[in-house]
Amino acid sequence: MSIIDCKHLSISYEGRTIVRDVSFSISAGDYLCIVGENGSGKTTLMRTLLGLKKPDSGQVLFGDGCNVGGTADASCKQNHKIGYLPQKSNLQKDFPASVMEIVLSGTLNESGLFYTRKQKKKAISAMESLGILDLKKQSFMELSGGQQQRVLLARALCATEDILFLDEPVAGLDPKVTLEMYEMIRTLNEIGITIVMISHDIEAALEYSNHILHLNKDVDFFGTTEEYKKTELCEHYLCHIPDHLHHDDDCEICNERREHDQDHC
Amino acid sequence: MIRIIAEMLSYPFLVRALICGVLLSVCASLLGVSLVLKRYSMIGDGLSHVGFGALAIATAFHWAPLAVSIPVVVAAAFLLLRLNENTKIKGDAAIALISTGALAIGILVVSLTTGVNIDIYNYMFGSVLAIDKTSFFVSIGASVVIIILFLLFYNRIFAVTFDEDFTRATQARSSGIHILIALLTAVVIVLGMRLMGALLISALIIFPALTSMRVFKSYKKVTVSAAILSAVCFVLGIFCSYTISIPVGATVVVINIIAFLIFFLIGKIRIHKQH
Repeated sequence: MSIIDCKHLSISYEGRTIVRDVSFSISAGDYLCIVGENGSGKTTLMRTLLGLKKPDSGQVLFGDGCNVGGTADASCKQNHKIGYLPQKSNLQKDFPASVMEIVLSGTLNESGLFYTRKQKKKAISAMESLGILDLKKQSFMELSGGQQQRVLLARALCATEDILFLDEPVAGLDPKVTLEMYEMIRTLNEIGITIVMISHDIEAALEYSNHILHLNKDVDFFGTTEEYKKTELCEHYLCHIPDHLHHDDDCEICNERREHDQDHC
Repeated sequence: MIRIIAEMLSYPFLVRALICGVLLSVCASLLGVSLVLKRYSMIGDGLSHVGFGALAIATAFHWAPLAVSIPVVVAAAFLLLRLNENTKIKGDAAIALISTGALAIGILVVSLTTGVNIDIYNYMFGSVLAIDKTSFFVSIGASVVIIILFLLFYNRIFAVTFDEDFTRATQARSSGIHILIALLTAVVIVLGMRLMGALLISALIIFPALTSMRVFKSYKKVTVSAAILSAVCFVLGIFCSYTISIPVGATVVVINIIAFLIFFLIGKIRIHKQH
């Protein structure tokens, strides 16, 4: 059963079309990567899926036929709890907030004004599963980039049990932390959370996802990752991205990539 | 010193000013934490100028000052928020437009009618005599409501302030928080303006939050510290103002500056110790 259905979405900013006639659907348990060059409309598409930006035309249907994009229907989002990991650059650098305060704020989609014991438990177990429980009382702005990203992931986990949206979750992280982050997201997918992730890291997208949406204003490709690997589009994209992710000789992804380059490029 | 305090407390107008001032300072500082962090610091300044314009017009036509200025300033707050969200005029520029515009209209109305008399002077720089019985009860009532609303919505205010996109994407119920903050800010500005002065009231919003952020690094601690600090600064301010006969608004602001410098030093020393 599909939990998100996009039908003929077109989105524009200040009269400029960013996304044109995009249709695709996401099933429960999928791991979808949205790839494409800068300016191809990935983030804009995600903002529309989240109900943050209204589309010019088309619909985003959540599971039982709730239209989020058009009207941001409140009851709709209550039924389908969404977790979201935004690009970190959107956050202020000097914001005074403890890790616990931030993670707890993810549980606020439950009704009520004050945090219940259940919500606190949820926050603690989210921090525990991401290995940041010992940072609970620390100040968010004094953490490293990787730790901050885990805090935001823990907050997203508190908000959802079924869908997680991630906008470039590894941007700015070092190779080791990047790998840890990917493994964490994989684990979450394995316990049944649907993942929708924007990524510039095409190798990782091929390695971890089971569906790919290749965006270039309109849909260049949508289908399973296996199918995508066979397309020319993938070959082209793999060979032309800059060499920024070569770690060391032990890195499995990098080695695969090197072999791939030798064979195809 | 005890003699001076007893003497102060024997004047009903001073007691009224003290109670109102402390309550309004606390309200302003609570809202201020969110406003400063959302980069809306200047909203208080803009709204106070609009308030001045409204008060000037009310005085000129002998209308009830609060009845005119509260709705006008609330409307201006909504307008500022909408300008911020929708158009190409950025927030800071929008505030400057509305603030100078309202000030200009106020000054024109004043010069065409009454001229700059003592009332107008007091609106600009504040007066300890400003709190009559009506505004005393209105201020107390409004402050209590604002503090209760703030406590009720504290968690949601934090969520919206920290990350508006996340909150809007995941929580359908947080959409009204913005409007609530703007509304409450407008009310605090109008009520505090005649005591502190239209040109100085926004200090009550900005200083306690910024000062607390020098030392404290969690939202709760910053909020609690800002509330306590603002109350202490106001009490000290009104005391100094009475003892040395200087204007109360300006004195409170200067005490806030001193508090800022002290917290700034404490923050620096703390960082230095960590290294």
